[in-house]
Amino acid sequence: MSDNNSTSRRGFLATSAAALAGLTLAPGIRLVEIAAAKPDNEPVTSKVRWGMLIDTTRCQSGCTECVSACGKENGLGEVTKPRTDAQWIRKIDLKDLKSGHALSLPMMCQHCAHPPCVDVCPTGASFKRADGIVLVDRHICIGCRYCMMACPYKARSFVHEPHTDQNPEVPRGQGCVESCTLCVHRVDRGGTPACVEACAAAGHNAMLFGDLNDPESAIAKRVREVKTTQVRADLKLDLGVRYEGI
Amino acid sequence: MKTLAIAVLWGLTFAAAHAAEPGRTPLPAIAIEKPGQCVEPKDVMRRDHMKLLKHQRDKTMHQGIRTKPHSLNECISCHASQKTGSVTGDGGFCQSCHDYAAVKLDCWDCHQPKPGQKAATGVRP
Repeated sequence: MSDNNSTSRRGFLATSAAALAGLTLAPGIRLVEIAAAKPDNEPVTSKVRWGMLIDTTRCQSGCTECVSACGKENGLGEVTKPRTDAQWIRKIDLKDLKSGHALSLPMMCQHCAHPPCVDVCPTGASFKRADGIVLVDRHICIGCRYCMMACPYKARSFVHEPHTDQNPEVPRGQGCVESCTLCVHRVDRGGTPACVEACAAAGHNAMLFGDLNDPESAIAKRVREVKTTQVRADLKLDLGVRYEGI
Repeated sequence: MKTLAIAVLWGLTFAAAHAAEPGRTPLPAIAIEKPGQCVEPKDVMRRDHMKLLKHQRDKTMHQGIRTKPHSLNECISCHASQKTGSVTGDGGFCQSCHDYAAVKLDCWDCHQPKPGQKAATGVRP
């Protein structure tokens, strides 16, 4: 898989082209229509960069709607053995001991533009799709778990036990590493991830999913307007998942 | 020379008659419950279904191409047994032939051999 995110001439040209594509001729009429629902027979392109913005001021402590929606959608089931059961998304409560300021947030694969899991994978199973979604190709994964050690966000899980009741669209089984796929099977059909949908259904609206490359998208506008944080920004991984209010 | 030719001809006829005899050659039990046109001709599917599936698998995984004709889920939705609802198990469309050919199937370590969305309940007991 080629790396198309190096800050090279090609990268600059691609960014310029994406910016140009967003230019509007008149209100509602774009020079080039971007980020429309992708037809089934077309490959994903780097014109789109899927991302998520999590507003920690809206995320409720104790609410696990996103976690259970993820488990249901992807066939993970209930987490009964937290040390070994797969967790694609987990809720974290943080508290500043000095001020007492507390916040709650979901943590999952951050879909880095420069993913360390991809760097270390010895077989090429860990890869980044052109639209920025980081995935594991289980057909190639040998279950060495090197990516789990490399991930700064503890986002990946190893499947220890055999499974039989997978969602047909989310194949998963013993002996491979897995993590949040941004519900790629839904996204490819124009949908949003299950966690985002569940958060909105619960009335919290703390999660916003969209195309970071489309200047007209809700997420791109929000990221432009307010200060958002990338967790461990010092690692310079250019994350697809951003947080607000931390 | 003439005798030899007759002997060979007789031998061939005998062999042909026996090959056509039912029950002598073991055959896999392939139950096609929904007769109709497959996505490719029968001989192509018999010989090359694994190539088609592998090609589609890589396109889906890496490029997000989710067209239906060569996708495993579409095979399953058409070929699943109406009795067991699966392509595996005794007499299952995939398994009966693979048992016969002694080719191990590991698709079902991860993929769901039954069509349709199922509510997940966790790991095998």
